[in-house]
Amino acid sequence: MTADTLSRVFSALADPTRRSIVARLAEGDATVNQLAEPYRMTLQAVYKHLRVLEDAELVSRPHGPQPRPVHLETKAFDVMDAWIERYRRRAEQRYRRLDAVLAAMNETDDEDGAHRGRNDGDDHRG
Amino acid sequence: MEPTVAETMETIIEADPKLPIIRMTRDFAATPEQVLRAHTDPVLFAQWVGPDGMDTRIEHWDARTGGSWRFVSVREGVEYAFRGCFHEVRRDRIVQTFTFEGEPDGVALETLWFEELGPGRTRLRTQSLVDSFEGRDAWLASGMETGINEGYAKLDRMLADGAV
Repeated sequence: MTADTLSRVFSALADPTRRSIVARLAEGDATVNQLAEPYRMTLQAVYKHLRVLEDAELVSRPHGPQPRPVHLETKAFDVMDAWIERYRRRAEQRYRRLDAVLAAMNETDDEDGAHRGRNDGDDHRG
Repeated sequence: MEPTVAETMETIIEADPKLPIIRMTRDFAATPEQVLRAHTDPVLFAQWVGPDGMDTRIEHWDARTGGSWRFVSVREGVEYAFRGCFHEVRRDRIVQTFTFEGEPDGVALETLWFEELGPGRTRLRTQSLVDSFEGRDAWLASGMETGINEGYAKLDRMLADGAV
């Protein structure tokens, strides 16, 4: 993916309606009518969103005399995975900070435990 | 639940395909009591919750069943406020709501389970339920607006690494 396609992908997905369309298509192909159903918008507006997604090569819509279902391209799944991976990494960063907090708690708790142990006459040692 | 105690060193994430749920699993070298305390003690919580480069200011904190909380994250003078209720707080779990005040209609219902794996080892499982797939995608994409450059840089690296 070039930087140019990447920025097209990002701006295509910056819109919540288009993200929602992508999420719907992740479950399976759908016709434009089916895609329009959950939204209070004209078919024309849905076609407009689809064109943006098509330009970003996230969806494909075979042209022909019969309306064909809209299909989510593999790249879209990869981008969604990358999204989830970003979210996961943020969580992992958060939990690494928690690791450090817990390590500090362990030290304090150990000191308390050792202190109590001495007061108890070292019953639990040896 | 797995019968064997395999260590989950890195956070595992799952976006449920059928429900607008995000699940995560992560193991810690601490007792369940300690991991719970790091979630309920406001001083400890503020030390780890905020994203890197953000300071967390706890505004209100009542970590009891029926209690509530509010904190503010600050980056370069810009404040992001979050709040919610502690629906249930007990030894093995926390059930709470989570709202970003910038999107007050979006409420996540979060459940955290603290499971003992052995002496001094705890598995934390979390589940966040939102009201729609659109809402979940918004959570997943959150930070995209504020950290768009960071997002580009990371995705660029992933693309370079051949991960995408």
